[in-house]
Amino acid sequence: MDIDRATVDHVARLARLELSEDERARMGTELGHILEHAAKIQALDLDGIEPTSHAIPIRNVMRADEVTPSLSQDEALACAPESEQGRFRVPRILEEEA
Amino acid sequence: MSEATGSASELHWRSATELADMLEAGEVSSVEIAEALIARVDAVDGDLHAFLRRTDERLLGDARASDERRAAGDARSPFDGVPTAHKDLFVTKGVPTTSGSRILEGWVPPYDGTLVARCAAAGLPLQGKLNMDEFAMGSSTENSGYGPSRNPWNTATVPGGSSGGSSALVAAGGTPWSWGTDTGGSVRQPASLCGLVGVKPTYGLVSRYGVVAFASSLDQPGPLTRTVEDAAAFLQIAGGHDPMDSTSIPRDVPNYLEGINGGVDGMRIGIVREFESAEGTQPGVRARVSEAYQRLEKLGADLIEVSLPSFEFGISAYYLVAPAECSSNLARYDAVRYGLRAEGVDVASMTSRTRDAGFGAEVKRRIMLGTYALSAGYYDAYYGKAQRVRTLTINDLKRVYADVDLIATPTSPSTAFEFGAKTADPLAMYLNDVFTVPVNLAGNAAISVPCGTSPDDGLPVGLQLIAKALDETTMFRAAYAFEQDFGWAGSPEGRPPL
Repeated sequence: MDIDRATVDHVARLARLELSEDERARMGTELGHILEHAAKIQALDLDGIEPTSHAIPIRNVMRADEVTPSLSQDEALACAPESEQGRFRVPRILEEEA
Repeated sequence: MSEATGSASELHWRSATELADMLEAGEVSSVEIAEALIARVDAVDGDLHAFLRRTDERLLGDARASDERRAAGDARSPFDGVPTAHKDLFVTKGVPTTSGSRILEGWVPPYDGTLVARCAAAGLPLQGKLNMDEFAMGSSTENSGYGPSRNPWNTATVPGGSSGGSSALVAAGGTPWSWGTDTGGSVRQPASLCGLVGVKPTYGLVSRYGVVAFASSLDQPGPLTRTVEDAAAFLQIAGGHDPMDSTSIPRDVPNYLEGINGGVDGMRIGIVREFESAEGTQPGVRARVSEAYQRLEKLGADLIEVSLPSFEFGISAYYLVAPAECSSNLARYDAVRYGLRAEGVDVASMTSRTRDAGFGAEVKRRIMLGTYALSAGYYDAYYGKAQRVRTLTINDLKRVYADVDLIATPTSPSTAFEFGAKTADPLAMYLNDVFTVPVNLAGNAAISVPCGTSPDDGLPVGLQLIAKALDETTMFRAAYAFEQDFGWAGSPEGRPPL
């Protein structure tokens, strides 16, 4: 059960992956194969079973709202591919106006 | 400790505990240990490719500082001066950290993670950073963006993964101990394949602050060592509550070494009926693990057959939950704040091109799988079901632990396999994790202990002991009893030929 090409393209777009032609072709088959195995659990009767997202029962961990030392602006920017005027620099985000 | 104490040629085979004793007795200096390990790594790492980055200068500087502290009576811990090397997903201030990925090539972290800081606070000199499958996704290191590591037992075979640089190095005597991480078996399986002790602690016992994330509800750091005692000591150093990790269990770690020699007399150990008939387990693995069960029985444990019907769905559930969490976690690699950047006309194309260029095939596959499993229309059928199977796994274990103290299984269904043997079929690689992933889904603690070599190929086999959550004490006690009676660890037989 291959995943069809339109679905692969859609998921790749959601995942922000610009896959090559080759990768797209392979991905449909490979994902299909893995999902067939995962389908084993589709047949299980899981009505009334609560989902688990986390194995330990810790909830709403709070701390005092106090200022503590953290990275300086320079340290935080030092790892960036590009920065300018104390900010991360990126290519344009919106379409340019006509 | 016997003859040849202090002999430089043998120092690299000493356990961390032995080295600590020798330092305390003044029989050796930290600098001498560091030099012996540098010489050993020089000799073996061309074959192993365990290191992504060596920090020899820092190691020697750290060792000198340690010797000065000890001379002044200011040793930071009993292990002050015993070196270590970390898997390359532990964030190290000033030392490049890649998580095995090209997308992080050249990234120099501005801070130390909690585990790294605790090792430093205990006085452990840093040898460097070790190879791994990219973002800890894999069972062989073949998914590393920087080339695979090799198994010192047979360099034509993989060292396991994802913590394969750690397992190769510890097994070859390049370091006494190393921290890895275990999301679905990534400490226990490489430990098994390299003849080592490997621990997956209870989820929340060791802080994940400063650990490059893969699947946050499953990831847990764990030690790889040559002895059970060292594993317990290493967990003692790095474990315990950390306010920087909101999933960290708010309690201190107990003293695992106290009572570690208490034996297994009267301990109830469950043998899983479904696993005994599971296909795909090599006969040699089965034979060694059965002998291990008998040894535990001989030592006074009661073997009790148990049933864990949900375990057969573990792989299916895991390979939906882990990719789902991975797709979400790895969204942070956006080419804006750190890491690789490819050119693009706008932000979306820059990000998409960077991610295609920087991620390897397996990481892309898992991001795609996870994004698919979480996307509209499929969420309930895949991710939702997998989360419910996770509940079944937890319920199964709860039921069984009413009757037993530990559960024993093989760690891995096979010994170390050859390069390329499983890369063509992602699913075949995933099935390697059949005995280990249910433990991560449930959050319990587990250990892999060597139980000899397979009669089929002469390669190491691991016994897995699964404990209740936060019952590492029982787990270490049983593992120690087995190790001491078996007598393999630390003996020439237990050392790889390299």
